[in-house]
Amino acid sequence: MVAGQKKRDKPWLMRTYSGHSSAKASNTLYRTNLAKGQTGLSVAFDLPTQTGYDADNVLARGEVGKVGVPISHIEDMDQLFDQIPLDQMNTAMTINATAPWLLSLYIGLAQRRGIDPKKLSGTTQNDIIKEYLSRGTYIYPPGPSMRLIADTINYTITHVPKWNPTNICSYHLQEAGATPVQELAYALCTAMAVLDRVKATGVITPDQFPQVVERISFFVNAGIRFVEECCKLRAFGEMWDEMTLNRYQVADPKLRRFRYGVQVNSLGLTEPQPENNVQRIVLEMLAVVLSKGARARAIQLPAWNEAMGLPRPWDQQWALRIQQVMAFETDLLEYADILDGSPVIAAKVSELIEGARTEIANVEAQGGIVAAIESGYIKRELVGSHMNRLRAIESGDLKIIGVNCFQETAESPLTLGSDGGIMKTNPAAEREQIERLQAHRKSRNDADVRAALQGLTDAAKSDENIMPSSIRCAMAGVTTGEWGDSLRAVFGEFRPPTGIDISIDSREVLGKKDQVTELRTRVANTGTALGRPLKLLVGKPGLDGHSNGAEQVAVKARDVGFEVVYDGIRLTPQQIAQAAQEEGVHMVGLSILSGSHMELVEAVLQEMRARDLATVPVIAGGIIPQEDAEKLLSQGVRAIYTPKDFSLNTIMADMVDVIRECNGLERLGLLQ
Amino acid sequence: MSSVNATGSNGLDCCSDGEMTQANLPDPEQLALRIQRGERAAVASGLNLLDNKLADARSRSARLLAALSGERWLNDGHLIGVTGPPGAGKSSLVCAMIREWRLSGRTVGVLAVDPSSRPELGGGALLGDRIRIKNSSHDEGLFIRSLANRNQLGGVASEVWPMSGLMLACFDIVVIETVGVGQTEIDIAEIADTVCYVAQPASGDAIQYLKSGIIEIPDVFAVNKSDLGAPARKTAAEIGRSAPRQDRREDWDYPVCLVSASMNTGIKQSQDHIDRHRGFLVNAGLLGKQRTRHHNAWVMRLLKEEFGTFGLELAGGLATIGERLSANRSSQFAEYERMRQHILSRFNSDNSSSNITIKEHHHEQAVI
Repeated sequence: MVAGQKKRDKPWLMRTYSGHSSAKASNTLYRTNLAKGQTGLSVAFDLPTQTGYDADNVLARGEVGKVGVPISHIEDMDQLFDQIPLDQMNTAMTINATAPWLLSLYIGLAQRRGIDPKKLSGTTQNDIIKEYLSRGTYIYPPGPSMRLIADTINYTITHVPKWNPTNICSYHLQEAGATPVQELAYALCTAMAVLDRVKATGVITPDQFPQVVERISFFVNAGIRFVEECCKLRAFGEMWDEMTLNRYQVADPKLRRFRYGVQVNSLGLTEPQPENNVQRIVLEMLAVVLSKGARARAIQLPAWNEAMGLPRPWDQQWALRIQQVMAFETDLLEYADILDGSPVIAAKVSELIEGARTEIANVEAQGGIVAAIESGYIKRELVGSHMNRLRAIESGDLKIIGVNCFQETAESPLTLGSDGGIMKTNPAAEREQIERLQAHRKSRNDADVRAALQGLTDAAKSDENIMPSSIRCAMAGVTTGEWGDSLRAVFGEFRPPTGIDISIDSREVLGKKDQVTELRTRVANTGTALGRPLKLLVGKPGLDGHSNGAEQVAVKARDVGFEVVYDGIRLTPQQIAQAAQEEGVHMVGLSILSGSHMELVEAVLQEMRARDLATVPVIAGGIIPQEDAEKLLSQGVRAIYTPKDFSLNTIMADMVDVIRECNGLERLGLLQ
Repeated sequence: MSSVNATGSNGLDCCSDGEMTQANLPDPEQLALRIQRGERAAVASGLNLLDNKLADARSRSARLLAALSGERWLNDGHLIGVTGPPGAGKSSLVCAMIREWRLSGRTVGVLAVDPSSRPELGGGALLGDRIRIKNSSHDEGLFIRSLANRNQLGGVASEVWPMSGLMLACFDIVVIETVGVGQTEIDIAEIADTVCYVAQPASGDAIQYLKSGIIEIPDVFAVNKSDLGAPARKTAAEIGRSAPRQDRREDWDYPVCLVSASMNTGIKQSQDHIDRHRGFLVNAGLLGKQRTRHHNAWVMRLLKEEFGTFGLELAGGLATIGERLSANRSSQFAEYERMRQHILSRFNSDNSSSNITIKEHHHEQAVI
């Protein structure tokens, strides 16, 4: 049969997670992508916007416009959606702690353009739980954060009924190392916590509640073990159906459907031989489209070069074309569920469900997911799982082509261009955004702003829904930082457990035992030679909350005998240098994944010099392009580690050697 | 057992791979002046020196502490020990207290002690207290140093003793925070002027310890998480009933207060009790005496851990040591270093005939 004659299912929404530099530049990019056949938008916000700071806040330095678009006020939002009809667009926003605010700006903009908010469709991610566990853009403590989520749900259900107010994410749990069972269990526990919270507010009537359940959507990860991943999604569907029926008495099966969007795995993408990432992405995508019964509603694919730096428009186009080939060229959409009836699949699905049920019961017994986060339980479990993965890679039990096997390669023509195969952000973006913001502050009516902020504070202190006063703030020209600070003043800020306090003997594998023993000897002897045990500061400057790498380095360093100071995320260069001084460390290790390494590392070096700590070596790790790495080394950074350095033992040995070299001892060289 | 034979004048500092480094060690007297002026860099550098076990560093440490000490070491400042079981919320409470102290204009130094992993597991440590204590704004009047306990008996690293002395020279208040696991409270009581035990509601730890006599009775009890309501009040009442069973100081009332670090309630009151305790010691003429007693105890303990009973004999025995320390009340650390050197030289001169093996520094003694 010739393709095109048979009746085909409608394909999923195709998006590309994008946004950078400024609202204007991002708008141009969006309109280009839509013209290329993209069917929805997925907005990436920069970290200051995600964590409620204005572009001119000291913590925002180097981060403005880096990992996404900076949105400081309603005029930025207007520019971002210039010539894009809001009532016809499906817009997904990756926004969490400040979700009510960005949604308010979107609603405020619609009202200003004369569009009925009831016509708006899209999604705010709005899942704070996984921010505490993995992604790190939380602001407020769990209690007030869960209240903000409930407020957006309660508000949208009547005022913006086509909106998905929250998108429960298991995606980031997998990035943090979660196994499929952990992903299932913790995502469903999160959904329960959200629904229970909404129910407890008493705002929603019992006959409305099934609609609330229907609006809950999920954001899921798909890794390279695509058969298992396919089963995971089938398990999700079954468990959600069962939970919404039994726990929330949703009678209509249509409202019990497990609706999910996907971004496939970034954790498994490699920096060496980056072209291999294309086939990884295709296979990972297969898991979420293969079976009709558990097919994704929306998909966004990472670009092949994500482990190297920011993707360029051409790289994003390639990611979109992968989706289009799958949807329009293959015969996938012509069939009913092709996995129904397979006993192998059914058995695997049951196994995952059983594991997830046990873990859900475990979390519920601890008082639910919020309690298990406050106690540090879940974070410790994830850090443990991630460590097992890294150790399997190090030992070769888990093969990654081009990384720990088949490393030999011809030079890739893809990375030979003058741009090194990645996007360069506009270095003037930060200054321009700050100028724009300061001009905006002058142009608005101060009395309106003060009144709107007072209304926001009053709402935060009472039980009143936060959305109406936030929308008034949006219309009055309030800035992202002002909104964030007003709520900080009422709710306070939160620092969740880091999870790195897992005990050494609770783990079975210690990696290559001989290497660990050798490393411990080296660390101990070097400490003895220097007069005191080696002390390491692991620091995460800036707003980047992806702490998995920093945590693994901290745990590993402890395991080989370092005394490790880890202060968590979101520190200023000044705080890091001050900690280095007060703690008397032998080395400072910085971890940065947001692309702001040039500004932040340089600032830390400056602060160190200002404190007479120029002799204390600074090393850096993260997604740092070769060209930047060379600049940083010339500025005085002693070593740079990137995703291609997969062996933590090798990194540790090198760190010891850097310390030795800086203290006049000879290097000990590679481990045997 | 990792041990070396003392074969030369600096035998204890031989490294197993035979290497030595000549680090740029600071001039102790200069450093002391800068520390007394409150220079942060000097405080940091001084703490590094006190932590350093190389022979040259040790002698400079002794000079540094000698330069910093004096009568005011026995009278000035306030050394506060904060201890309690894991999870009781010590760091949050310390953080809340720091906020109050700083508001009242007092400077604060913190020594936060965390456990090390067992020596056979590498002996490393995760020092996580800064994250819990730190205030978001930059503050020149607050200095935090984290320490690993390095598997030393009792749970409080021996470095804490000299370090707390250094901090007393430049901060109004010095807080030593440790995880209490029974034995630790004894250590902390041998350093601090005032011990504050942080108990958590519905946990019997404090009461059990009190009843069994494991802990010397803390001077102030703070039952944290008072926002839990009834369980907190119940725990406070039980502690109040158990405390009087112990031998106690006359004229001190051993207050039990309810606090909530997260709700910021009861902080001021518990601080008032802590201040009041210092006032009590001063009025009773006990502050200097207690500090002298603590210093003596530490010297004895360190000498015994390093050289054993035989070493104490070489230094003239307990009574002589006690006399020498009393004669140098305000500078025990220098006296300790002198006695240490004396024992070492006696060991070395005896070594040719009796082949005595000296343990390496106690933090390494458990290496298998």
